[in-house]
Amino acid sequence: MGQNTLENTRSVDLETQLSPILSATQIGRNFQDRWIWQDLSFDLFPCDRLAIVGPSGAGKSLLLKALAGLEPIQSGQISFQGKPLSHLKMPQFRSRVIYLHQQPALLEGTVESNLKRIYQFTIHRHKTYHQPKILEYLASLDRSAKFLQRATEELSGGERQIVTCLRALQLSPQVLLLDEPTASLDSTATEQIETLIAQWQQADAPKACIWTSHDPGQLARVSNRQIHLEHP
Amino acid sequence: MTHYLPIDNWQLLLAAALILINIILSLSLRLGLAKRLGIAALRMVVQLLLVGYILGWVFTLDNPVSVLLLVLTMSAIAGNAAVNRTRRRFPSIYWNSLLSILAASALVTSLLVEGIIHIHPWYDPQYVIPLLGMVLGNALTGTALALDRFMEDLVSQRSQIESLLALGATRWEAANDTIKEALRTGMIPTINAMMVLGLVSLPGMMTGQMLAGVNPASAVRYQIVIYFTIAAGTALACIGVILLAFRVLFSPEHQLRLERLKKTDT
Repeated sequence: MGQNTLENTRSVDLETQLSPILSATQIGRNFQDRWIWQDLSFDLFPCDRLAIVGPSGAGKSLLLKALAGLEPIQSGQISFQGKPLSHLKMPQFRSRVIYLHQQPALLEGTVESNLKRIYQFTIHRHKTYHQPKILEYLASLDRSAKFLQRATEELSGGERQIVTCLRALQLSPQVLLLDEPTASLDSTATEQIETLIAQWQQADAPKACIWTSHDPGQLARVSNRQIHLEHP
Repeated sequence: MTHYLPIDNWQLLLAAALILINIILSLSLRLGLAKRLGIAALRMVVQLLLVGYILGWVFTLDNPVSVLLLVLTMSAIAGNAAVNRTRRRFPSIYWNSLLSILAASALVTSLLVEGIIHIHPWYDPQYVIPLLGMVLGNALTGTALALDRFMEDLVSQRSQIESLLALGATRWEAANDTIKEALRTGMIPTINAMMVLGLVSLPGMMTGQMLAGVNPASAVRYQIVIYFTIAAGTALACIGVILLAFRVLFSPEHQLRLERLKKTDT
């Protein structure tokens, strides 16, 4: 009996490994009577590291936002674990699939108050802020607990992006949608963000991410598959 | 009305001499005030004389339908004016503004007229129209300020709000700070006015009543009732218009829909 259960779990594991976490089926985005992109179909599998490549204005950010349900699409369908987005509760879905902004937007106050802020949302009420996990992430960037007490206004661009990353990572999302997270950062800061993301992706349950970036070197480092968006 | 002194045309002319002194002074000293002061004085005279005649006619209305039509017209003008003072537009903004100003003002004015002052008949224009006018004027200012602040903040804090949505906030949670700020802004003039009422300024209505011979203690009571009504009306109109705008600019799928917002040319 015990053996059977084990086998069952294994086959379930295998199934989740093979079925896509996030899939887009012939999706299209129309803006002011013009298709920015259309007929896009792709699947995102566990452990996938996908890059979306295309010139400026090709709608890369719009695509990532649409995948997070932050922007509407005018055709096609996006599904998460086989369920169409329209059937899902957005706050719940968005705590599993998190979109990270190009421009880090933080609230006034300390780093820690920003990290704690999200636990005030109804969807995260049952969870609590877990400092050790944050400290572990910070240690990998050679930063101490002092960082948590710094005011967000005096952080550098790179440090702000680290905070927004940590704010998302503490929810252990299954998918991260990274919208040029290192666009305005120097090489050290870029490296640190990449370290954080890699650390998250290596932890226990299978995770996947989608990147956009203007830096081909970075895309080669962080992705193993690419999707090309044409200029509209 | 024990000792009310009416003002005749000669007395109006004498008062105009006060302005005339300043115009002459400005002309001789080249202060550059004459033209604008003259125009403003003339406009005021024409507008007020006109309003005096119109109100004289309005106060003779004795059927509720005409009074209600007038109420609707005044609200429509206020709703329209409130939107015109903002810098952005969304598709239903005029209806939203009209609806919240009309509903809030009609509600508080009818409570005041029917429930508190007990006017008979309930539509007596001599009471309803000036009271409604005061409520509308304040609701207009509040609505315009709140709406403008709300739309501007959504645009300037877009990435902030979208970050919260992206982390699982509902549209209400993500918009909460912006909504609070907009309502606070809309209520500033009313709250400030109440704070200094009687200390820095004597409200026009109260002064008017006292000039007409009402004793100060009664005039003050009237003014208190009016200000409660004004504050309640302004707050309701602000809340109404912000909630309606919120429903348009945030979709039920918890998305911020800023493409529905267009900047005006002015």
